[in-house]
Amino acid sequence: MSFFLSSVARDLRVHIRKPSEVLNPLVFFAVVISLFPLGIGPSPEQLSLVAPGIVWVAALLATLMSMDLLFRSDYEDGSLEQVVLSGQSLVVFTLAKVFAHWLIAGLPLVVLMPVVGLVVFLEVDGIWTLALSLLLVSPTLSLVGSIGAALTVGLPRGGLLVTILILPLYVPVLILATAMVQASVSGSDVTGYIYWLLALLLLALALAPLAAGASLQLSVDE
Amino acid sequence: MFNWFHRLGSPRTFFAMTSSWHPWLLGLAACVLVGGSVWALLYVPPDYQQGNSVRIMYIHVPAAILAQSGYMMMAGAAIVYLVWRIKLADMAMAAVAPLGASITFLALVTGAIWGKPTWGTWWVWDARLTSTLVLFFLYVGVMALRSAMEGREQAGRACAILSVVGLVNLPIIKYSVDWWYTLHQPASFKLTEKPAMPVEMWLPLLVMVIGYYLFFFTVWFMRLRNEILVREQHTDWVRTWVSDR
Amino acid sequence: MLQVKELSCTRDQRPLFSSLSFAVAPGELLQVVGANGSGKSTLLRCLVGLYTGFEGEIDWQLEEAPLYLGHRAGVKASLTVRENVTWLARLRGVLLNPDDIQRSLSSLRLDGYDDVPCSRLSEGQRKRVALAQFLLCPNHCWVMDEPLSAIDNRGLEFLTGRMSEHLDNGGAIILSSHQPVPVDRPVSSVTLG
Repeated sequence: MSFFLSSVARDLRVHIRKPSEVLNPLVFFAVVISLFPLGIGPSPEQLSLVAPGIVWVAALLATLMSMDLLFRSDYEDGSLEQVVLSGQSLVVFTLAKVFAHWLIAGLPLVVLMPVVGLVVFLEVDGIWTLALSLLLVSPTLSLVGSIGAALTVGLPRGGLLVTILILPLYVPVLILATAMVQASVSGSDVTGYIYWLLALLLLALALAPLAAGASLQLSVDE
Repeated sequence: MFNWFHRLGSPRTFFAMTSSWHPWLLGLAACVLVGGSVWALLYVPPDYQQGNSVRIMYIHVPAAILAQSGYMMMAGAAIVYLVWRIKLADMAMAAVAPLGASITFLALVTGAIWGKPTWGTWWVWDARLTSTLVLFFLYVGVMALRSAMEGREQAGRACAILSVVGLVNLPIIKYSVDWWYTLHQPASFKLTEKPAMPVEMWLPLLVMVIGYYLFFFTVWFMRLRNEILVREQHTDWVRTWVSDR
Repeated sequence: MLQVKELSCTRDQRPLFSSLSFAVAPGELLQVVGANGSGKSTLLRCLVGLYTGFEGEIDWQLEEAPLYLGHRAGVKASLTVRENVTWLARLRGVLLNPDDIQRSLSSLRLDGYDDVPCSRLSEGQRKRVALAQFLLCPNHCWVMDEPLSAIDNRGLEFLTGRMSEHLDNGGAIILSSHQPVPVDRPVSSVTLG
């Protein structure tokens, strides 16, 4: 546990000192969202119809953008080797890194959501559900994304590859989350969706660090 | 038993043991495929609703089945490789990925061709087609990872981890896509789930499925032997084998 | 404390070393010698357990994992010297109080650098930060890849001093180096390639 906490503290320090790496994806998110009205047209009816979809796709891409850097600097400066050699659990290490990253990059996305929802004319109910669904889903996205980040950490340009490897795995989450927002806009109950998203989160929490930890172990084996 | 398993796991032993197999496999696969095709394309009566276009089913459905079981085989080899570190399993994995991707691609293309006469468009965001498309992306991901890590000994293990992750996700993806489809457009009419397909229709389909499997295994097997030669090209036994030919 | 039997390693179809056998006893310094690309780094990575693509036996008769200094020092550029030292010690289960940190920084000749981010340090200084782990953890074996490169005369003197101390305390050192190691203790060597 204390290894977890000290890893989280270390990562938060690193992120706070170099905020651009984690803030760029947020800016990317905002820019992508603002492109859609330019492409589709400014009419509120049309935009509000596709709003959940575009917000979600942009959120997935933004998460993956920042994911690529999750383990990279640790790999390049040798910190990862030292963690592997120290015999500390790579699963715990992965969890700590994902948690710290989520605090810095995932939570602001959740906070940003209401504003974004307004811009694309989502109804008020929908906006709150959007924020809630992102709160439930963004840890899942980070956890699953960490597998891709760990698999490609040793490759000089892994960024695009991570998106190819991981985006297909995001399909279930995308489907459930957009359906949740649409259900709330049309006035139905969303409790069922919340349970589903929580179930996926727990599954990712249990399995993704195992896969990512094994991949990290592999990345130093050279 | 394990001893035998382990011995077969050595690429060299496998290569030597199987050197006379592939003409037989190839012949068998060709017979079943040709027989099944002739039966399906010439002798099966046309469907009362779809007419002759139903015959695309005999190409499409086996491909769709194999697309999925090909992934299972790849993930199976991945698990064997991760647990026992048998090199042959890694080679089998490398040999099956492009094959599975091509079969999946075939399933998509024949699905589109079948869609034109039945639905009137080339592409429909139907649950089956969509999850097959995602499956195709999963294959492509594994292949992309291997080619990006080319020449590195970690490539095999990385691909194995990714295949297993995909295996865990496949059912979730499949169910979520099915559910998404029913949510957006209640199924109007399904092609392959017609309850009463008469014997003279499903029997040739079964033959075609078996033929596809045989073909898949034959090509996999040949690719695997090829992979063994490529990876072991610097060993003495491959050199002797090449000079003996 | 280390027994190596019949160690062989082939990379990309190129045999690096084969049937290597040697032993390292407490208080002994083993130098791995060889041309560039002869597999020195790979051998050291095999020994500490990072690289697993070898055949043969590596038997550490030790409670704790050996300490390793590789080409990548394991020092995070955006963290300060103090934070890096604390983290590296923490990894090995050593919790430092401020006095310990102060003491180890001055023994590393890094006093006054506590709150300087490591990105502002020279390569030699960064290497010394990485050495903090070696001074703080009462471990038995040091495995160092080219520790004498990118180091000035004072640094060299400092490092060899620490090494002698470590050997006198019954520790062992395995290192790779092109130049002779200026330690007045017996040095055995393994030649690769």
